[in-house]
Amino acid sequence: MGEVLVYVDHVDGAVRKPTLELLTLARRLGEPVAVHLGPGADTAAPVLAEHGATRVLTADASEFADYLVVPKVDALEAAAKAVSPIAVLVPSSGEGKEIAARLALRLGSGIITDAVDVEASDAGPVATQSVFAAGFTTKSRISKGVPVITVKPNSAPVESAPAAGAVEQLAVEFGALATGTKVTARTPRESTGRPELTEAAIVVSGGRGVNGSENFHIIEALADSLGAAVGASRAAVDAGWYPHTNQVGQTGKSVSPQLYIANGISGAIQHRAGMQTSKTIVAVNKDAEAPIFDLVDYGVVGDLFQVVPQLTEEIKTRKG
Amino acid sequence: MSLRIVVAVKYVPDATGDRHFAEDLTTDRDAVDGLLSELDEYAVEQALQIADAADDAEITVLTVGPADAKDALRKALSMGADKAIHVEDDGLHGTDIIGTSLVLAKAIEHAGYDLVVTGMASTDGTAGVVPALLAERLGIPQVTLLSEVKVEDGKVTGRRDGDAASETLEASLPALVSVTDQSGEARYPSFKGIMAAKKKPVEALDLSDLGIDEAEVGLEGAWTKVEDATARPPRTAGTIVKDEGEGGKQLAEFLASQKFI
Ligand SMILES: Cc1cc2nc3c(=O)[nH]c(=O)nc-3n(C[C@H](O)[C@H](O)[C@H](O)COP(=O)(O)OP(=O)(O)OC[C@H]3O[C@@H](n4cnc5c(N)ncnc54)[C@H](O)[C@@H]3O)c2cc1C
Ligand SMILES: Nc1ncnc2c1ncn2[C@@H]1O[C@H](COP(=O)(O)O)[C@@H](O)[C@H]1O
Repeated sequence: MGEVLVYVDHVDGAVRKPTLELLTLARRLGEPVAVHLGPGADTAAPVLAEHGATRVLTADASEFADYLVVPKVDALEAAAKAVSPIAVLVPSSGEGKEIAARLALRLGSGIITDAVDVEASDAGPVATQSVFAAGFTTKSRISKGVPVITVKPNSAPVESAPAAGAVEQLAVEFGALATGTKVTARTPRESTGRPELTEAAIVVSGGRGVNGSENFHIIEALADSLGAAVGASRAAVDAGWYPHTNQVGQTGKSVSPQLYIANGISGAIQHRAGMQTSKTIVAVNKDAEAPIFDLVDYGVVGDLFQVVPQLTEEIKTRKG
Repeated sequence: MSLRIVVAVKYVPDATGDRHFAEDLTTDRDAVDGLLSELDEYAVEQALQIADAADDAEITVLTVGPADAKDALRKALSMGADKAIHVEDDGLHGTDIIGTSLVLAKAIEHAGYDLVVTGMASTDGTAGVVPALLAERLGIPQVTLLSEVKVEDGKVTGRRDGDAASETLEASLPALVSVTDQSGEARYPSFKGIMAAKKKPVEALDLSDLGIDEAEVGLEGAWTKVEDATARPPRTAGTIVKDEGEGGKQLAEFLASQKFI
């Protein structure tokens, strides 16, 4: 069986959930080989092994943090040369897609971005994508080179599948372009204590109907009662009521949780593009004609300032 | 020395229209009206601001697309760009991302540049990888996904708001920049701008002008193949209740029935 390179997204060795999902998908294609760049390989390796990594290739160098994207491409290219993989899987973040694209070009390969599923076939991996604001589902293959595929969060279950996970040093030589774009400052995003938006099982979002940043605590309280992440429409973000990192939609995050609750959101196509693949969709909106109601499994036509606090109270009561 | 800026802009089917696939599983560009990708308006806007801040600058807008893609160029010219390049060739039908980046890179080299500016993603393909591919092909720094950008003393600086952190970036020209929709509202073309755009030069190029082999582009040359496209089945109509004072409780009951509580 061939080997499949999996690019590890992590913060100082804490492996992020989408990477574990990639290991599940990689096992369908072949033997997962994880590539861990930067610090924390000791912390990450046992977690990667537990989820199916047969090997963990690691490299640490200051270039990974000090310069944008390209050093990581150099490292993945070195890994691809060392392993001769049958496919490369990368998490679909802004950075992940950029790394994957440049790698594909160097390998003379095609690239598929934002896959929501990957299956094996005789002719190589088949990737499922959700396109045109989730109006269509496509299945595609890469016809030239080593398939490079980026996969969206929440596209596969995290599974325990213990493997050897032998840690091996990866030798990386940085090319002339590696130091082209310097990262001169970095401010880590403050943790809210809530789940990551793209990884959360439940997302509670607020839109223009929330009518002010001072009211967003209503949305947050509902989210907290369900252990959910908080999302926002672009209207709410543009108004300065909630940070852009929480925006759901075409130019924000794309989410696919088990449950999505839209409050005071009309359901414009650009918003739907980021949430339409959610399993169960619920909306609270005072306008019965709002397009969001076309998507819902359950909708309440009403004032969110009445409905949402009542819902939060009821959840708390039921949860005891 | 004049600062030469090339802005890559895409002509896309209107996202609010009913977008479909053609029989050959390429994007159907006839069924829905096309327009300049809204996300590329931000690229044109930032290019205009960078040009304003420079002593002397010239902006070329570039598109690879069918005959109608001229509309996108006209819009960008009416916003204030100086001239345009339109790469059009029957052999381009069905070109995928890798192929598109090849054609764009050749055209950018043909134009001559100090700075390349792109949008964060096209609103139809939404891949968001052409900028990185162009930087790789051109061998220049990528300063991408910027919500703020400045060009000064031969340097690009900008802010990139990522998932885990907000980063300040710096690179020397020549460089490639991509900007997000957080970079600042795009201007509306003025009447004067619209009139002036009609007289601005649009250079037409085909594959042979750029020295590109037909085998590397088009549906046949593509590195990827779409094998199936299925319309998403409409969601089955859900339950909708009007809040008569118990809406929150009813919703809680629904969530409990679905085991979310
Ligand atoms: C290129 C481009 C990219 C875009 N990207 C995104 C994106 O990533 N994400 C995104 O969300 N949008 C995006 N948009 C914007 C999108 O088109 C909509 O403008 C936006 O989603 C509207 O947000 P909204 O639903 O909160 O506001 P509105 O459309 O104004 O809807 C507000 C809703 O709240 C309801 N309401 C008001 N008061 C109450 C109340 N008290 N109780 C209950 N309901 C109430 C109203 O009935 C209404 O339906 C993009 C647009 C473009 C052009
Ligand atoms: N056919 C095209 N013509 C001109 N520019 C393009 C084209 N395709 C993509 N681009 C540019 O690349 C950016 C990202 O596109 P994409 O990677 O396709 O999502 C867009 O915002 C444009 O600036």
